[in-house]
Amino acid sequence: MAGTSTNFRTPLSRARGLGAAKHGAGHFIAERVSGIALIPLVLWAAFSGPLLAKGDFASASIWLAQPLNAVLAGLLVVVGFFHLRLQIQVVVEDYIYGFVAKTGLLLLNLFVCVLGAALGLFAILKVALLSGAL
Amino acid sequence: MVQLALPKNSRVGKGRHYAAPVGAKRVKTFKIYRYDPEGTENPRWDTYDVDVDACGPMLLDVLIHIKNHVDPTLTFRRSCREGVCGSCAMNIGGRNTLACTQGWEDVVGKEIQIAPLPSQPVVKDLVPDLTLFYAQYASIEPWLHTETPEPQTEWKQSETDRAKLDGLYECILCACCSTSCPSYWWNGEKYLGPATLLHAYRWLIDSRDESTGDRLDALEDPFKLYRCHTIMNCAQVCPKGLNPAKAIAEIKKMMVERVA
Repeated sequence: MAGTSTNFRTPLSRARGLGAAKHGAGHFIAERVSGIALIPLVLWAAFSGPLLAKGDFASASIWLAQPLNAVLAGLLVVVGFFHLRLQIQVVVEDYIYGFVAKTGLLLLNLFVCVLGAALGLFAILKVALLSGAL
Repeated sequence: MVQLALPKNSRVGKGRHYAAPVGAKRVKTFKIYRYDPEGTENPRWDTYDVDVDACGPMLLDVLIHIKNHVDPTLTFRRSCREGVCGSCAMNIGGRNTLACTQGWEDVVGKEIQIAPLPSQPVVKDLVPDLTLFYAQYASIEPWLHTETPEPQTEWKQSETDRAKLDGLYECILCACCSTSCPSYWWNGEKYLGPATLLHAYRWLIDSRDESTGDRLDALEDPFKLYRCHTIMNCAQVCPKGLNPAKAIAEIKKMMVERVA
């Protein structure tokens, strides 16, 4: 903290810190692009979900096997987890200060989101390809 | 790691009460934060019942009245008393503003609470330590950068280009905006804060400045710039009516413009 008698760093040195990381614009753009992409995807999902809930498992499998539905579902999962990862990263950077805790949570965030996207994609592919083969 | 309990000296106790003088017709209560970090006591809230008929219309008038007639130990900064110097920025009724331009009649509530600007170390009572805030301002090099040999007369600027500085040059660096920003509270060491970024933008769009790219380089950072989450407290509290959030958004647009 400022004013402690043992800290002789100049204020300007503290203000400059480690300097600019020279990145951040990419993250900013990615957040917005994925956010925009999610608007139609989520609308499509919100429209399709209730329709699927009316039918049985078999009809849902057939629905997901249609190329457009499978591709859109896959995109929703991938873009959704991509966006989630970017946003959780911001929350961690905002509130977690310790280097170990912060790095650990950022890694966990990355791994959980990649795992979620991979599991989701695999599930969609499995249903889509197997139902399609029937 | 996460700190669950607040430090001991952030517990603010109940302090002294100063009654209004006998015969006072209109009395208003002011609850003022008192703290001396060099002492051993925790901060406390002192309450002053002030005869407002004896004061001028602004909150600074009340503070000066208290210091002159009630309690000379009360410490606060003030200078111009007309909203130009930014010295008397403090948290009045839960809102950062200048004591000299805030009428006490305009603060709602029976009791008016006055505290120093939030999130900064306290030098004494209502005086915050703004050392880092000023250093952050210095870090963006707030002066004209040029390489072209200096002209015989002045650097010329069109009226349109000059107009782009309106809404930016008026900032008096009172720190009301930065210290009202949650992002600045949590990451004040790494995030430059709205006031500094508003000034950064003031130099970025100055048509006479020749180091726009270097300036953008120095700002492109997840913390220095991108901690701004458009919370807008800055624009809400600015006593000069400026909009630092908009200036920050413009910097973000410039960042996108140079890559896309």
